[in-house]
Amino acid sequence: MKLTVWTYEGPPHVGAMRVATGMKKLHYVLHAPQGDTYADLLFTMIERRDHRPPVTYTTFQARDLGADTAGLFKQACQDAYDRFQPEAIIVGASCTAELIQDDPGGLAETMGLPIPVIPLELPSYQRKENFGADETFFQLVKHLVKPQAKTDRVSCNIIGPTALGFRHRDDVAEITNLLFELGIEVNVTAPMGATPSDIAQMGKAHFNVLLYPETGETAARHCEKEFDQPYTKIVPIGAGATHDFITEVRALSGSTAPLDSQALRQTWWSRSVDSTYLTGKRVFIFGDGTHVKAAARIARDEMGFEVAGLGCYNREYARDIRTIAKEFGVEALITDDYLSVEKTIEALQPEMILGTQMERHIGKRLGIPCAVISAPVHVQDFPARYSPQMGFEGANVIFDTWIHPLVMGLEEHLLHMFREDFEFNDAAGPSHHGGHQPSGIASVQLQVPVAEEQPSVLNTGGDVAIWLAEAEKELKKIPFFVRGKARRNTETYATSQGLLEISVDTLYEAKAFYAR
Amino acid sequence: MTEHMSPPPATGCRASPVLKQRGQREVFCGLTGIIWLHRKIQDAFFLVVGSRTCAHLLQSAAGVMIFAEPRFGTAILEEADLAGLKDAQAELDRTVEELLARRPDIRQLFLVGSCPSEVIKLDLNRAAERLTQTYAPKVRVLEYSGSGIETTFTQGEDACLAAMVPVLPATDERELIVVGALPDVVEDQMVALLSNLGIGPLRILPARTIEDELAVGPNTVFALTQPFLGDTHAALIRRGARHIAAPFPFGEEGSTAWLSAIADEFNIPREVFDRVTEAPRRRARQAISQAAAPLNDKSVFFFPDSQLEIPLARFLTRECGMTALEVGSPYIHDALHGPDLDLLPTGPQISEGQDVDLQLDRCRAAHPDLTVCGLGLANPLEAEGFATKWAIELVFTPVHFYEQAGDLAALFARPLRRKSILKVAAE
Repeated sequence: MKLTVWTYEGPPHVGAMRVATGMKKLHYVLHAPQGDTYADLLFTMIERRDHRPPVTYTTFQARDLGADTAGLFKQACQDAYDRFQPEAIIVGASCTAELIQDDPGGLAETMGLPIPVIPLELPSYQRKENFGADETFFQLVKHLVKPQAKTDRVSCNIIGPTALGFRHRDDVAEITNLLFELGIEVNVTAPMGATPSDIAQMGKAHFNVLLYPETGETAARHCEKEFDQPYTKIVPIGAGATHDFITEVRALSGSTAPLDSQALRQTWWSRSVDSTYLTGKRVFIFGDGTHVKAAARIARDEMGFEVAGLGCYNREYARDIRTIAKEFGVEALITDDYLSVEKTIEALQPEMILGTQMERHIGKRLGIPCAVISAPVHVQDFPARYSPQMGFEGANVIFDTWIHPLVMGLEEHLLHMFREDFEFNDAAGPSHHGGHQPSGIASVQLQVPVAEEQPSVLNTGGDVAIWLAEAEKELKKIPFFVRGKARRNTETYATSQGLLEISVDTLYEAKAFYAR
Repeated sequence: MTEHMSPPPATGCRASPVLKQRGQREVFCGLTGIIWLHRKIQDAFFLVVGSRTCAHLLQSAAGVMIFAEPRFGTAILEEADLAGLKDAQAELDRTVEELLARRPDIRQLFLVGSCPSEVIKLDLNRAAERLTQTYAPKVRVLEYSGSGIETTFTQGEDACLAAMVPVLPATDERELIVVGALPDVVEDQMVALLSNLGIGPLRILPARTIEDELAVGPNTVFALTQPFLGDTHAALIRRGARHIAAPFPFGEEGSTAWLSAIADEFNIPREVFDRVTEAPRRRARQAISQAAAPLNDKSVFFFPDSQLEIPLARFLTRECGMTALEVGSPYIHDALHGPDLDLLPTGPQISEGQDVDLQLDRCRAAHPDLTVCGLGLANPLEAEGFATKWAIELVFTPVHFYEQAGDLAALFARPLRRKSILKVAAE
């Protein structure tokens, strides 16, 4: 038993739903009790889909348990076939149905439906959502794709995108366009947008572009082995990774077509002097393995940030993330426990978080700005505008997204200079964000800045020096977005010097010690 | 008191044939009630004993992360628990210890059963008894089922309240208990109305904290504010209490009928009743007439969701000028829904349970002006050109009693108003 407050991933059958809902003419018959239909709203509300997910839930109840749940399953399967006329059906069990062991795969097989019926084994009590998506797509490929003659012109499949993916819609458009400019045709994009008969054509491609290893890697490996299709290992998130991806694709395809990278503004935006204030900002990165890997590289090499810590919630990528962490000289945090992520962030006191919607919330609580880089998704992660993470435009979008939560260059200086201005003060947050209090209220609230709500931090234990009143007052003059770091640095410095008390001098000694 | 009211219909829907279908249901399970109960009962923690799916449901239904540290969590069953490698009861003890250590403010702990915990027959009753002994007197531990194989959406609140009834102290006092979790502001209004009528002592289930006085016995009478409290109704009757049957307090008519039934029970003179209710009744009528204009002469189709459907259909047809085409409810309970069915004019198809695909076919054929349905169906129906009202908002918004009657009408009117003002057509 594991006590959980919030989860980063849903159960594996939700992963299977992401595959089925992204596709067309595929139906998923899920042996499940009525409550499991909540999952429909993930797609209809969060992603704003205008169709119901193609899922039939068998809806068994307590009184059915002693009776014929298997018959119920077969009836649901037949009804789904008759009503929706899909090209293929996937069948499986949710967590509860797994316990009653009706064997949906075996039952469906005996029905003799005239279409492929693909059984899914998704162990609900061991694995999670990404595994469910990856395994489902792999089973579809394994059952539907046969070796075929390759297309005359060089072509590839784009694999990995699903429904409810973090910016998958726009990433696919961006990369399809990039491949087109390189003279490479996209044979099939799957699972998102594909029908089972499209998937059956995947064998014709010369190679595969794997955009999301979390949801497509097992299928990619299978295709490499069975159909002689190598696949791309670099995920084109960020300017550097996009250039490396292009090199990799050229090597796989032989393309020498010239590529216009004028649309890539991010590199100049980052070099332009206005961005100087970004230098050395300490960031903490957390999300799925693939997005964290990409974000770490962008943070260090393309934004000039200092990576203070990183981690991922999907254990499948623990090894990759540990390798990166070593390279960056930080500890990797591999956990799906929201509370331990919060604890780590509290201890590291970064100036910014690059995380998921969960970390955005942690940031709100701790007064640390946060930009979202990865699933789990929220309705805000499905913007109406074109907003990819991949390719050149993706790099531009990421630059804008990451600097948006921050207090910008000159404003940061002004806050240092006039920190007690009654209208323009650090408790009010960045001026380009809403939520400014009317000046009358602000001047009152100035006495209790947000970050001061937890005075216990001032004296956290026996090994921390005590702040003298004058030093504490001086600390409050430091803007909120660096105050946490200043406090921590000063305490660390005081401890290292064996000091029992922190004076104003100690504060500035520490500042000089940590100057960069 | 009936001067402003339409007379009851010659024949209501109480005797109408009910269409019962069995198929896929598009509803939440009872765990969902935790989303509002954990705010309502301020010293309680709800620990779901279930799977990752349960945790994911709570998180998704709540909208990711609206509460910093929620007073609910899930003890997720793992492979070792199922394979019998670990003693589930011992695991539960360990989890509860971990939880109570982190939340010393908790006075009531609800162990909430789920589909998996019921299928593996994990005895939460035994666990609750044992844990109560361990943590008494500081923490009281109760258990109920919110599982999707037993409960639909709002039945979770019913199961929770019903679990509290057997442990209530006994009393011989003549007292009124009002049953149902209401938003605090609405509860305060209701308390004011009843005390202005001179009715009391008044107790409320669920109480906001364990310290609030609440007892039950043969001289207790009780009224329900929510139409989904069938088990709690039965549990109170088992303790000797008597139910005051009434239409539910939605709209001016429902609120008046509800208060009037209680006033009659307590022999409150008619002139007192009229004096206390006159001003709020006038305000409610005025607010409804302003808010309900877009609803007049429009038709409505209810998919089953919260069991609020029958009282709401009564409100929309009798106070807002709508015509009901189908009124679907997950369960229909005559003792609870009868008074509202009596007032609902015959005509609509009353349906209980669901086969969602067949019901969607009926909805498309009926082509209602407004469809009330769950979140999974709303956008797909909008995309087909139907105006929809998400049913869950009716459970999450203050809608009971006089001062909210206009807001309730406005909730239904807003989708129609929106449809009429948007100039950019759907493709």
